Amino acid sequence: MTPFAYRTASDRADALSAHSGARFLGGGTNLVDLLRQNVESAAELVDVSRLPGSISETVNGGLLVGASVKNSALAAHPLVRSRYPMLSRALLAGASAQIRNMATVGGNIMQRTRCVYFYDAEGARCNKRQPGSGCDAIGGFNRYHAILGASEDCVATHPSDMCVALTALDAVVHIAGPDGERTVALTEFHQLPGATPHIETLLKPGELITAVELPPAGASATHSEYRKVRDRSSYAFALISVAGGLEVVDGKVADVRIALGGVAAKPWRATRAEAALKGLPATRENFLAAAAEELTAARPLDGNAFKVGLTQRTIAAVLTSLAGERA
Amino acid sequence: MPISINGADHPLPDDPRVSLLDLLREREGLTGTKLGCNQGACGACTVLLDGERVLSCLTLAVQADGREVRTIEGLEGPDGALHPLQQAFIDHDGFQCGYCTPGQICSAIAMAQELRRGDPSHVTADLASGPNGPTREEIRERMSGNLCRCGAHNGIVEAIEQMLAREAL
Repeated sequence: MTPFAYRTASDRADALSAHSGARFLGGGTNLVDLLRQNVESAAELVDVSRLPGSISETVNGGLLVGASVKNSALAAHPLVRSRYPMLSRALLAGASAQIRNMATVGGNIMQRTRCVYFYDAEGARCNKRQPGSGCDAIGGFNRYHAILGASEDCVATHPSDMCVALTALDAVVHIAGPDGERTVALTEFHQLPGATPHIETLLKPGELITAVELPPAGASATHSEYRKVRDRSSYAFALISVAGGLEVVDGKVADVRIALGGVAAKPWRATRAEAALKGLPATRENFLAAAAEELTAARPLDGNAFKVGLTQRTIAAVLTSLAGERA
Repeated sequence: MPISINGADHPLPDDPRVSLLDLLREREGLTGTKLGCNQGACGACTVLLDGERVLSCLTLAVQADGREVRTIEGLEGPDGALHPLQQAFIDHDGFQCGYCTPGQICSAIAMAQELRRGDPSHVTADLASGPNGPTREEIRERMSGNLCRCGAHNGIVEAIEQMLAREAL
């Protein structure tokens, strides 16, 4: 770990006064590790984990979640559990209780890929870590890597569970920076790799995530679940995951939300599958067909071809389960 | 501000790179807390920070500024008696080499509090109403962040289960 300075931000303005070369520190569960592995370095850490953060209802009936709210607090919040169950489920499927007690909402959104070649600063090539150096995951161990939206330069996945549910729920990211405040839909926040896999989000230098806003919960947000498929039943990153929400009226799909984790460099909103399902009978056959349509864009690697079928079946299983509960 | 460790104030390190784990072990001589993976994958370094379980390897010591840290050394009674859960681990063969044990015990103490609060877990069937008591399934899921390479998990779960049943945690 190279030396760095450290200070605790006293308020938002103090945080935003950070000079270039500084990094914002949340719970540290990812950044401290990356600093220790020499994957990242920083001249200064500005600790924003003690900035005030709360979970409150918005005037229109949505929910505003401060960036410094801990993952454990968000998962356990009564309004999240009752109105946005897929979000509680996604959080509780991630990491361990210890890590959820540390990790912040803002930090979770900003966490970086768990690609082993990205982590191996001494021994591996990685275009994300060192642009132009190459990618050892392509042709290497890529069981955990992307099947959607990847490029010749990078096949890494975004590791968050929370973000998959937030993406399905149409969450909006609140950002403050030297030039003022703005909001961005979470679906637009993370970037696909293209030729610039080191650019992962829309955040500009000096900008800070201050909150995440959930729109009011409709039927497809409240009738929702999150299913994570992994190599062991707890405390493991996803092979793939599905956040699903469903509203069925007269046996037909009135509204559906589908987002996928473990398949791309960003939480993947399955818009093609959603569009294909609107108005159709809520049957397993239709869910499988819609999932297949989404996955026509899949380009699996040597080690992860299984993810295509696994994702299709998991989407169908989640939606069938949700449809069954209403039947 | 200093850090309170098991009730006594300790100064912050000058170098912000020092982890809370290294502060405990290397500077304060509190070697009960163990260094396992040093990357958040094993739970051996689990301590209580303001009463909640965290990983001391991924916590910078400066982040604990003004907070209360409790480690395995801070669990014994005023007369030096073992914490009931420590005794239960002995009674149920909850360890072999013992390396993961301090983290397991600190983790279980905080877990009991989470259960009492009604916090849900990944295996809680009804999110709204919360956990349906300290079932074996709930204990196993909630303790999944603490690995035991000797494979003493059955004894660990039994020890925790017994203490929860007696409301001794």
